[in-house]
Amino acid sequence: MNFGYVARRFLIFLATIWVAATLVFFLPRLAPGDPIEQKVIQMQTLSGNQIGDISEIIKSYQARFGLDQPLWKQYINYWADLSRGDLGFSLSRFPSRVIDEIVRAAPWTIALIGTATVIAAVIGSMLGALIAWRRSPALLRFFLPFFMSTAAIPYFLIGLLLIFSFGLTWRWFPLGAGLDYGLIPEFDWKTISNMIYHAILPAFSIIIAAMGFWGLGMRAMIVTSGGEDYMQLADAKGLKERRLFFNYAIRNALLPQTTALALALGGVISGQVLLEVIFSYPGLGLLLRNALGQQDFFLIEGIVLMLIVATAVVLFIMDLIYPILDPRISYQRR
Amino acid sequence: MAEATLEDRSGVALAVGYLGRARTLAGDNLKMTVGLGLVLLVLLFGYAGPLFVDVGDAEVGSKLLSQRPGAGHLLGTDAQGRDMLAWLIEATPGSLRVGLLAGALGVAIGAIVAFVGGYYGGIVDALLRSFTDVMLTIPSLLVLIILASVVRVVSLEMMALIIAMFAWMGPARVIRAQVLTLREKSFVDIARLSGEKNFSIIFKELMPNLMPYILAAFVGSLLGSILAATGLEFLGLGPANISTLGSILFWQDFYNALIRGMWWWWGPPIVIFVLLFTGLFLASMGLDEWANPRLRERA
Repeated sequence: MNFGYVARRFLIFLATIWVAATLVFFLPRLAPGDPIEQKVIQMQTLSGNQIGDISEIIKSYQARFGLDQPLWKQYINYWADLSRGDLGFSLSRFPSRVIDEIVRAAPWTIALIGTATVIAAVIGSMLGALIAWRRSPALLRFFLPFFMSTAAIPYFLIGLLLIFSFGLTWRWFPLGAGLDYGLIPEFDWKTISNMIYHAILPAFSIIIAAMGFWGLGMRAMIVTSGGEDYMQLADAKGLKERRLFFNYAIRNALLPQTTALALALGGVISGQVLLEVIFSYPGLGLLLRNALGQQDFFLIEGIVLMLIVATAVVLFIMDLIYPILDPRISYQRR
Repeated sequence: MAEATLEDRSGVALAVGYLGRARTLAGDNLKMTVGLGLVLLVLLFGYAGPLFVDVGDAEVGSKLLSQRPGAGHLLGTDAQGRDMLAWLIEATPGSLRVGLLAGALGVAIGAIVAFVGGYYGGIVDALLRSFTDVMLTIPSLLVLIILASVVRVVSLEMMALIIAMFAWMGPARVIRAQVLTLREKSFVDIARLSGEKNFSIIFKELMPNLMPYILAAFVGSLLGSILAATGLEFLGLGPANISTLGSILFWQDFYNALIRGMWWWWGPPIVIFVLLFTGLFLASMGLDEWANPRLRERA
């Protein structure tokens, strides 16, 4: 693998994290409004107790969180904290640390999004390729309009429909949550099967919605490559149909499909956040919604930052995979 | 796709060219026709609806609470006595306006970034391209959430502005790639040699040839902006007191309409979304095929 290529991708990776962390730091601080003040006023309203002067409380909390220092100093402290993996304390779940809340919720999200996206990519791409393939049965073309409609619909709308039909009307699957209420999670088959049972509907929302995206991309690739000279040559040589399909048509579509995932990843993660809210699925998306409701700014910032960093890591890994899919890439000098 | 020649530089000739192309576009592009038809349907619903339905019924408490669809309230009412049909008609233009504004701004910013980078090249291009790549990898909804959670969004225009800040990367990428190939074409060289200014080359020579790509990018960015706005509104971060399709979804979630079996609350907004998204999606695919004939299926 070309060193210059890896170095450039790594720089982009670092730049992404720097831009993201800086946005997350500056946007809330430059905007009007003070989270501590809002929080104290909210708590005061809730308790009903009128304490004469709350500015004293606000000041002491600002000093505690270092918010009374100049912005550049806060920025340096912020990076020092980040480098130690310290995202501060949660305001709504005090004294819980933000990082602990994230670590608790992340596995749910990763498991769901990872599994469902891979399944959607494989099934969707295969169907898309088959639809475009000249010699596939006419029956398969029936799927095309279906693909086109699901590719345009956001995950969480499909989720609503699935909950209504399979959860509420027919009662085949639970309406939401990650586990049965009261079930104490242990590492045994009972817990795992219960988790899978709860994850089926959200997973299918992703699969149905994302399949169309993959299928359409793949179809366009196969249709375009159908007229290429190398395909005609391979056909004229009398290669087997199966080999033409897998080794010539699909092989050449792999790279554009991977690139498509890289570009769509942001949308996939955004979609996941809303989907978890619909399903009350205990991942980062639901945690984020709850943090928003409770104006827990440290938690909001922490989750957003974590999700962005995770996206950047996945993209960097994919960048490293590209040259294996297409050896020409590492020689590009651009 | 015909390239603009030296002869037809006048505005009239350009306009005639666009019209002619638009006609053939609608004629032989089924996806485009169906897509635009669906979008038109939604537009009609939102903008012609008030002629037939009293939008005032969208106020809280104007009808009985939680009624199933029936006489007097064709699509039922919500848990606060809003007439669903009136509410939907009131909300649809709001969602469309955010999308149009954010989409147009996004394409404008993207086109400027693409032209500056693609046409001038060099270090400017390298920097702009890296910045575009970096921004593209950041899930925009998340940054929008941060922004919307601290800035009280008070108007649709403000929300559109915020969304547009993260809607320009896709268009910039697509348009830049085309500028790069066009830049090397001989008609651009001829224009440059005959003393045309850079600014006028960009607008008179490059722009007409890029129109299909710009349009396709606009539709894509419009779709993305409506999605982003809906996501924000669904999380309760949209402007309060202004009805949009996303805010209807927020309230149905707030009042647990799903569990209470009030399908008429969340079903109709989904139908409108499906019509709108499918329409825009088909239109953007149609535009892509128009711009890039290689995508057209061989019959």
